[in-house]
Amino acid sequence: MYAYDELDRTLINERVSEFRDQVKRRLSGELTEDEFKILRLQNGVYLQLHAYMFRVAIPYGTLSSKQLRRLAHVARRYDRGYGHFTTRQNIQFNWIKLAELPDALADLAEVGIHAMQTSGNNMRNVTSDQWAGVAPGEIEDPRIWSELIRQHTTLHPEFSFLPRKFKIAITAAEHDRAAIKIHDIGLRLHKNADGETGFEVLVGGGLGRTPFIAKTIKPFVSGRDILSYIEAILRVYNQYGRRDNIYKARIKILVHELGIEKFAKEVEEEWKAMGDVGLTLDHAAIEEVRSRFSYPAYEKLPHMPDELKQAAHDPLFERWRKNSVSAHKVQGYSIVTLSLKPVGGPPGDATAEQMDAVADLADKYSFGEIRVGHEQNLALPHVAKRDLPQLFKALDRLGLATPNVNLVTDIIACPGLDYCSLANARSIPIAQELTRRFANHDTADLIGRLHINISGCINACGHHHVGHIGILGVEKNGEEFYQITIGGRADENAQLGTLIGPAVPYAEVADVIEDIVEAYLALRDRPEELFVDTVKRLGVEPIRERVYATR
Amino acid sequence: MTSPLEQKKIRITGPSMVTANRTWDGAVVYRTARQGWSTELADSAIVTTSDEARALLAEATADDVGAVGPYIAPVELKDGGKVKPGNLREHIRAKGVTIDLQVPA
Repeated sequence: MYAYDELDRTLINERVSEFRDQVKRRLSGELTEDEFKILRLQNGVYLQLHAYMFRVAIPYGTLSSKQLRRLAHVARRYDRGYGHFTTRQNIQFNWIKLAELPDALADLAEVGIHAMQTSGNNMRNVTSDQWAGVAPGEIEDPRIWSELIRQHTTLHPEFSFLPRKFKIAITAAEHDRAAIKIHDIGLRLHKNADGETGFEVLVGGGLGRTPFIAKTIKPFVSGRDILSYIEAILRVYNQYGRRDNIYKARIKILVHELGIEKFAKEVEEEWKAMGDVGLTLDHAAIEEVRSRFSYPAYEKLPHMPDELKQAAHDPLFERWRKNSVSAHKVQGYSIVTLSLKPVGGPPGDATAEQMDAVADLADKYSFGEIRVGHEQNLALPHVAKRDLPQLFKALDRLGLATPNVNLVTDIIACPGLDYCSLANARSIPIAQELTRRFANHDTADLIGRLHINISGCINACGHHHVGHIGILGVEKNGEEFYQITIGGRADENAQLGTLIGPAVPYAEVADVIEDIVEAYLALRDRPEELFVDTVKRLGVEPIRERVYATR
Repeated sequence: MTSPLEQKKIRITGPSMVTANRTWDGAVVYRTARQGWSTELADSAIVTTSDEARALLAEATADDVGAVGPYIAPVELKDGGKVKPGNLREHIRAKGVTIDLQVPA
């Protein structure tokens, strides 16, 4: 966990007071909606179909049990008893009243949570690997760097009125769980030939109307120079990024139009011209932030405790363990993913009761710490293996032990037309129907790793472009239709999916997805070949032929 | 206020109403014939010409304190004068989400 200092607490509390005054002036009519809109967006407040939506940041996906309980409190006290974890390590509340928002913010501020820069054209919540600090083989904890960037960019005047929103993600592991290649800036921690820690810097990734995979702009930037290098990128973007057309304003468009070489040259020149602007991170500054992260006092535990051996006779436990429990860097411990994708449930939603119960389980089994991943699941990052059987029983009672992590029913979905004012079509009911179609866990295991991503509009909050199967809702003559892509992926080999055929109506989506999966099962050359690898090997055409032959 | 340019663009092809979200809580509201807001679609002022729609929207937009983001939306008029939402989006706004939330009572 990261411990906020007095400066952080003062900043957050002052922000609450400021927003309270702004809300008061809005409700009295002193501020018009046009004047107020930018202010509410700077505090994570959108206006959606049914009500205001309140987006709260969970920096680098790390929460304490105390913080999760407070989120449960906000869900219960100010909303309708649940929250929605998003694809960018935020949580959204869908039914908040503007008049009560300052109180909700004040309650969150007491535990160091805020909503700054979760919307608007600024530097958004810096995201990272939800297994940061515990993943085996990690270069080092990427959250230290996330926090340094967060501190530098929060309320930074130069980054508060960018041409468009700006998102940074960081990974330090070989397998990219932070989807860095679909971010405006992606940072991959690694060591150079001299053993120095630094970053491969990628730029220009993003989805939405014009999707691009990020390109490497510089293979190695030393950790001490990362803030100044990011600042140089932002300055070039601020100078040349388009402000005349919202659809062409993201940095990905600038990188595409200039070309990565020209863009890199501009950044390099800017970086050199900046000189020493006080952004070089010395050892003490890095260590100061590093020292604010506390790590559990792990026990020395056996690799295979008796409790685990005994529980292995329970097939339900074993299925869950194989699916949802992952290796930890410390012997005797595991990382446990809590699926927020129950059969028939809205992906990423958690009730206040579930949040409270997970907080209690975190205290009992995970040193009071919870993680939030961009796949819209939670994780307990420090679970002793001997405790896994008891934890499984508790999670199962809460509906949080669905053994479907990374399988066909672990669907990423945006809120879609059920909530969102931008959406053209519904996402959640499509996801719910698909989880019912593939509810049999044996079938899901047989299919293997398969990521389905659903977006209700071209803004792509469900990351459909990079789903192994991507589903995009569109509107045709007042009816909901869905375009389907296959072959996308969001990891270190990120790529965009390819359209498989004509859009299909709402009622046929689940049938088409079933047919795609059946085609894959027939075409894969061995059970271990993943869906996305079959598509890569064969291309789209053989699957298209099978799926659309009778349509 | 809706800009003159935007007002010129307004064309309706059937019975319509003006809807928005109430400022203090964001609730879905409908502009009434008595120049107020109601949470009931049945209370909405129904317009059938583009001129009427423009006038209703202009009047609703002027009430910036009462409601946010007013716009014109289609309705269906059923036998007996019952008013129904004219598209899926308005149906969802009027009736709520179409999904089982699985939230404990």
